[in-house]
Amino acid sequence: MPEPLLRVDNLSVAFDGNPVVESLSLELHAGETLAIVGESGSGKSVSALGLVNLLPANAQVSGERRLNGTLLSSLSKAEWNGVRGNTVGVVFQEPMTSLNPLHRIGKQIGESLRLHQGLRGKEARARAKALLEQVKLPRSDELLDAWPHQLSGGQRQRVMIAMAIANNPSLLIADEPTTALDVTVQQDILSLLKELRDQHGMGLLLISHDLNLVRRHADRVCVMYQGQIQETGPVEQVFRQPQSGYTQSLLAAEPEGRPATVTAKSPLLTVQQLRVSFKRPKPGLFKRQPPAFEAVKATDLTIAPGETLGIVGESGSGKTTLASAIMRLVTSQGDITLGEAHLSKLSGDDLRRQRHRLQMVFQDPYGALSPRMPVFDIVSEGLRFHYPRLSDTEITQRVHQTLNEVDLPESCAARYPHEFSGGQRQRIAVARAIILEPELLVLDEPTSALDRTVQKQLVTLLRELQARRQLSYLFISHDLAVVRAMAHRIMVLKDGDVVEQGACLDVLASPQHPYTKALITAADLSELPR
Amino acid sequence: MTTLSSRFSPITRRRFAAFKSNRRAWVSLWVFGVVFLLSLFAELIANDKPIIMQYDGQWYVPLLVDYPETEFDGFLPTRTDYLDPFVQQQIEENGWALWPLIPFSYQTLDMQMKRPSPAPPDGRHWLGTDDQGRDVLARVIYGFRLSVAFALVLTAGSLVMGVFVGGVQGYFGGKVDLVGQRITEIWSGLPVLFLLIILASFVQPGFWWLLGIMLLFSWLGLVDIVRAEFLRARNLEYVRAAKAMGLPSRLIMWRHVLPNAMVATLTFIPFLFTGAIGTLTALDFLGFGLPPGAPSLGELAAQGKNNLHAPWLGITAFMTLATMLSLLVFIGEGLRDAFDPRHVQQRPSPAKEPRHA
Repeated sequence: MPEPLLRVDNLSVAFDGNPVVESLSLELHAGETLAIVGESGSGKSVSALGLVNLLPANAQVSGERRLNGTLLSSLSKAEWNGVRGNTVGVVFQEPMTSLNPLHRIGKQIGESLRLHQGLRGKEARARAKALLEQVKLPRSDELLDAWPHQLSGGQRQRVMIAMAIANNPSLLIADEPTTALDVTVQQDILSLLKELRDQHGMGLLLISHDLNLVRRHADRVCVMYQGQIQETGPVEQVFRQPQSGYTQSLLAAEPEGRPATVTAKSPLLTVQQLRVSFKRPKPGLFKRQPPAFEAVKATDLTIAPGETLGIVGESGSGKTTLASAIMRLVTSQGDITLGEAHLSKLSGDDLRRQRHRLQMVFQDPYGALSPRMPVFDIVSEGLRFHYPRLSDTEITQRVHQTLNEVDLPESCAARYPHEFSGGQRQRIAVARAIILEPELLVLDEPTSALDRTVQKQLVTLLRELQARRQLSYLFISHDLAVVRAMAHRIMVLKDGDVVEQGACLDVLASPQHPYTKALITAADLSELPR
Repeated sequence: MTTLSSRFSPITRRRFAAFKSNRRAWVSLWVFGVVFLLSLFAELIANDKPIIMQYDGQWYVPLLVDYPETEFDGFLPTRTDYLDPFVQQQIEENGWALWPLIPFSYQTLDMQMKRPSPAPPDGRHWLGTDDQGRDVLARVIYGFRLSVAFALVLTAGSLVMGVFVGGVQGYFGGKVDLVGQRITEIWSGLPVLFLLIILASFVQPGFWWLLGIMLLFSWLGLVDIVRAEFLRARNLEYVRAAKAMGLPSRLIMWRHVLPNAMVATLTFIPFLFTGAIGTLTALDFLGFGLPPGAPSLGELAAQGKNNLHAPWLGITAFMTLATMLSLLVFIGEGLRDAFDPRHVQQRPSPAKEPRHA
């Protein structure tokens, strides 16, 4: 074996004395992809950033790090600046915030070229253009003068990659490079990274939580849990015969099972010709008003009691807007009927009185609970408003009962949201919704911010609740594996239009529309055990 | 029950720790707090009546009750002047009295002065007397209390009005916001000082008059901050969740948006406070402020200007104002830094959550 490109021995990272990563050792050879996999909080990002001294000042990094034989821990601050962006390139998770919004694309790429290679003016521009072509961005000439906000997420991530490889680094660190992107774009970005790796003979350190991506794109994998390496080895070996118990549970965490069959025939919710449009700003005082932007085009849907309708689509497809319109949180045209109530015709107090019949669970478990209220108040708030005649003991009883129903101990009622993990918070959000005994629950990406193992538990819980209470779900997700485990029927949305709908398994097995096909290929679903 | 520390979110605890670690702000807060607390008991510290006394075996509380001079074997049925040598002699012979530390109130004219007013500091008047023979230290103590009380009420009033107007504008947005912003802009264009001067010409402006007039304008500064916070918060998921739950707007604003918007507002308070003190002092200095005789720092400064040969007047006024305002600015600075995420030492970034835009 030749000398590895990167060798790390006993790397430990601590914040203010609290160890976050402990004795991490790994090797990376040139031309190889090593993936670090783990759930959130496992220390995977911290160890990668610790490698290149990008952590805040209160972090203590110890251990031996060698890149191309140089001992990294002995470098001075000035020497580090020569290493970062030059021999080491970094691609971050959030393409939306990683680019400076006040500089044009060409200038941002040029900056690193000027610092490390001394290129200026025309030379820098020509090199930046070549880089944009390398990352396969079309119209590279125009893009050099574009602002970051004019680019889509995928395009921005390509620009980030162009910046990272600008100085022909020998090591490229990609920290969740595709997490914020749509599934179809994810595959393109990773293929691009692989191609560039082969072209430049770089070592690629890929950090990800997504096992499917890792399996397809990495050579070796290193599984982390609570700051420690659980297992390292070639991808196929780790995935076929996982040695550690943690890896086994991680691999088995794919949501599985199917919802119970629906018996009711008459629909609970009927939506006809629902349309949502947003006014576009006038380009100038005397210019004509541009046509409104149609976020959701005329859509019909029905949901029966006890049924789940899955809504699938990528970001910007209008699925959240559709849900908000049904919840009457945004203005819309069209008819919404819940049972016998014409929701679309109600307003003010009449609408408020109906609201306990349809509830919503939001995507972000950290943002959906008011940080300054204890769990008891959060859960009981709606109850107090809709049933003002309940006594305090009755309310307490109902809150405890509901908390039990979502598998949370009664003792957590007195605590504040920040004391809970993401999965527990999402359970609190579910408890807040179901305590009002709704007939319809709108779930807007309820699992997408959670780790795989937690997702699986939440999906199971939601299915149990549905069976017990005959709840109807409108389930929005981009994750086909979760949708398959939840939905009876699905609707595929693209640019506010329904491109395909039908029974869930039928659509997944034989998609008709090319967009649905692309989604399903990208999701790389494992075989459903029947 | 939950312990105190877990009742606060970690961010609140971190902010508190950050504020505490700023020594200048922490010490300022203590000093200001102690001085203000002491000044609340000004009547016990500087007064021209004994706190408690015994006369002929009887108990008297002159601080709370006005006794006629006949009570102490005087001739006139009027209010007793305890500084009168005759009364003092009577008390000495027939009982005893507990005097405050400084035996003068803010409007006591010292009749036993041997020197012309204004008199320089000595053992009897620690900071001298002003040009009417009143004790400067007593006036400073009462003046400090009055300034702080004025600022407190004004700040509280501005807070209520500013948060209400800003909150309504920010929460509802759209047309309400547009119209509200224009109205506040026009309103803020009115000249406050001229209004006060005009007012002073046909009413004698007292504490409440001044407060009312200033309250009409002082809330304007808060509107923008509160409005911005509400604009941001109305799209947060827990606010949307509350809407979906069917809560009426007033409850959502009160329970969900306001507690989270208060953080930005809180940092603004000390500066509102110093502004209020500064304005009151300036008005008093110009003679459009509190009625004559009221203990005011501005009036003391004006006396200092008129009596340049008595530097203790100007120096005392200056030192008091400078110390008070500096302490408040230090506290405000500490608060602002504690709430500013860039000043608080960064934590490990919360592990990256898989998210979908």
